[in-house]
Amino acid sequence: MTTAIPPKGTGPLARREARLAWGLLFPTLASVMLVVILPLLAIFWISFKPVDLADLRAAAPMVREDLRDADEAAPYIRYRIRNSSQTDPISDIVLSDTIPEGVELLEVPEGCVLEAQALTCRFDLLDPGGRLTLELPVAVPGDIEAAEIAIETDQPAISGAAENVLTSGEFTLENFAELFDAREFWTVIGATLFYTVFGTFGALIVGLFAALLLNKEFRGQGVLRGLYLFPYVAPVIAVAFSWIILFDPFSGSVNALLIQMGVTDDAINFFGERPLALVMVTVFEIWRYFPLSFLFILARMQSIDTDMYEAADVDGASPFQKFRYLSLPMLMGILSVLFLLRFIWTFNKFDDIFLLTGGNAGTRTLTVNVYEQAFALSNIGAGAAVAVVILICLLCFSWFFFRFMSKEEGL
Amino acid sequence: MKVFWNSFITGPILGVFWALIVATAVAVLLSFVTGAAFRPGLTGCLILGALAGLAALEIRAGWMLVAGLSALAVALSYTGISPIHVSGDAGPGAHLMAGIGFALALGWPMSVILHGCPRGPLTRHEWEEAVIRFLTGFGYIFFTAAVAIPFYVMVMTSLKTQGELIANPLDFTIDLSRGWELFRSYEELFRNFNFGSYLWTSFYISILTVLITLAFSIPGAYAVARLRFKGQKALSRSILLIYMVPMIVLALPIYIAFSMTGLRNSIAGIVMIYPVTTIPVALYMLQGYFRGLPAEVEEAGLMDGLSRLQVIWKITLPLSLPALASVSLYVFMIAWNEFLLAFMLLDDPSKFTLTRGIASLNSSEIPRQHLMAGAVIATVPVMALFLGLEKFMTRGLTAGSVKG
Repeated sequence: MTTAIPPKGTGPLARREARLAWGLLFPTLASVMLVVILPLLAIFWISFKPVDLADLRAAAPMVREDLRDADEAAPYIRYRIRNSSQTDPISDIVLSDTIPEGVELLEVPEGCVLEAQALTCRFDLLDPGGRLTLELPVAVPGDIEAAEIAIETDQPAISGAAENVLTSGEFTLENFAELFDAREFWTVIGATLFYTVFGTFGALIVGLFAALLLNKEFRGQGVLRGLYLFPYVAPVIAVAFSWIILFDPFSGSVNALLIQMGVTDDAINFFGERPLALVMVTVFEIWRYFPLSFLFILARMQSIDTDMYEAADVDGASPFQKFRYLSLPMLMGILSVLFLLRFIWTFNKFDDIFLLTGGNAGTRTLTVNVYEQAFALSNIGAGAAVAVVILICLLCFSWFFFRFMSKEEGL
Repeated sequence: MKVFWNSFITGPILGVFWALIVATAVAVLLSFVTGAAFRPGLTGCLILGALAGLAALEIRAGWMLVAGLSALAVALSYTGISPIHVSGDAGPGAHLMAGIGFALALGWPMSVILHGCPRGPLTRHEWEEAVIRFLTGFGYIFFTAAVAIPFYVMVMTSLKTQGELIANPLDFTIDLSRGWELFRSYEELFRNFNFGSYLWTSFYISILTVLITLAFSIPGAYAVARLRFKGQKALSRSILLIYMVPMIVLALPIYIAFSMTGLRNSIAGIVMIYPVTTIPVALYMLQGYFRGLPAEVEEAGLMDGLSRLQVIWKITLPLSLPALASVSLYVFMIAWNEFLLAFMLLDDPSKFTLTRGIASLNSSEIPRQHLMAGAVIATVPVMALFLGLEKFMTRGLTAGSVKG
């Protein structure tokens, strides 16, 4: 008699299932690879490169072709070749063109080959900003005007190899050295910390308060809940510009209101003064994202068993005691999850500050600094270096996140 | 703390605070609605607030309290100790409005806040409940004002003319006699600034993003939720990690790659990028939902000879229509509101999305009612969708934790 032994390893069915799973996941994984992983690697690469915005347009040869002296005895085709870059040489230039029917080349210059009607010329090197002119005498037995049109409408093809900074073997630590040397860097770190810490705590506390308000049945509860979600749902660009106009120092309603109520005599430039601007963008962040925490906290509150509160009532607990000793411990899980998520997202936030202040008046956070370095100062390498600093911070946060969060709530 | 457990102390204190809150709220509200100058007065609030706090303990009928306070507030509004100061040139109508509005907002809530508080010493319960009712009232006023004012200002500014805006920034009354002229900014945006085309571009880019996202994330979510394979756990977790990468960090290499390949400034490039930013979110939300579906129904389908793909198409998808609706709505919202990538990748005005178009209005030459009209045009479709399908939206948002 043989005893049944459970099969070991993966059977054919399990293998087929795994194959299907990877097949179904393939499109997602491929696109994420292409748009997330690849750019992340690229950022590290670029951060060690001396790249400017202008370097993105690689040096390329340009060519113009025309027929000269068409009405005279000795017409010739002229190719004018130019190096578009003022800094990089171009090597191995290949020019290829088709000579139209009815045009006869009298002489093929050195470096050029004519096969039937196809002309191919090769040059070794073109200096930065260098030019090259090629003149080929031709004979046109037939209609010279038609030939001229044929020659000038048919564009020659040209190619060349130029060294691109992005792909070359040239590396530098300059980007990081400049970044850490600048005194501004530490104010940027300071602004980021302030914005992240206060924005996160603010959104959580305000969200908790809002959730407490709406955690009871009454008429109009649905309407209020919808209304309180507005800041989160509306396009950031719309609300950011509304805030700018509301707090405008010259014609904003808030300043007019404050002056009318006698709080201040002069208009306050809310988004233009240090340190007020940083406080204002943090307040904006709280205003815009409290709905998210409010929604999650409310959902959690509504799932708390009411029996517990009834038992507490019997024991004579006061309302504040019930909140402190019953609700708050039940909410700790969702609060810590929200804290970690919001902390990272606030740290990553770019558009809000960019739209409100453009990073001026002491509101430049790390993410805004990426844009500032890469595009405003057109130093892509420095921008990438800031991005690398961001990624390193995020790695630390994620470590923290996986360490503590997985225990808290089943995320 | 025990000192405060007495209604003769707590009542007036809450009354004064409430009076200050209400006086500010009523003054701001009246300023915005009428355009006249109203401002809260400290002394008046102290007197009437304390009085209301004491009176509410004696007079339990809210309407009597309101009537008494109204008479006092209107009378005081002609003196220097008014709770709400009315500018000198305003008529008796303004005084009546300010006085009665203040009394109504002070008297009636005070009688609710102090409801059930006896005169004299209070128990801890009674005291805490009164404070909680006070905080609740404050919360409603605070949140409603904080949320509504920016949107109110946005809509009203878009309906005004340049002259009106500069003359009095506080005046948000609308001159209805202007008729259709009110909508001039909108008309100009559509006629001179090409907003019709921006609206259309944004719309079809968002729809395409939703379709592509669903096409990618449904199979992926199903695989993660249902199929057994090595690395399933690690995968479903690391989806979340993609949330953690800031967009600006990705936008920089994407900008470089697109510049070099000529995809910058093209709708195709945008349509390629947007779904990738939404696929992880959609995948995460959907797999949570798929896990909750009963596996038995699918197994029955498999037993009856359907292949896995047929099971997904014929059984899983019809069962998860509500989840698909909320995911689609959420993805549509992200794509519609997206600003950063559109701003960096699109330079050609004929290809702008709505958000990019509004960003281009932000210059000193373009009057700001146009900017606000643009903001309203971008906001109204999302709001309409959101309010119409709010149930789906809130459920979808809380189903998977979601990117902000």
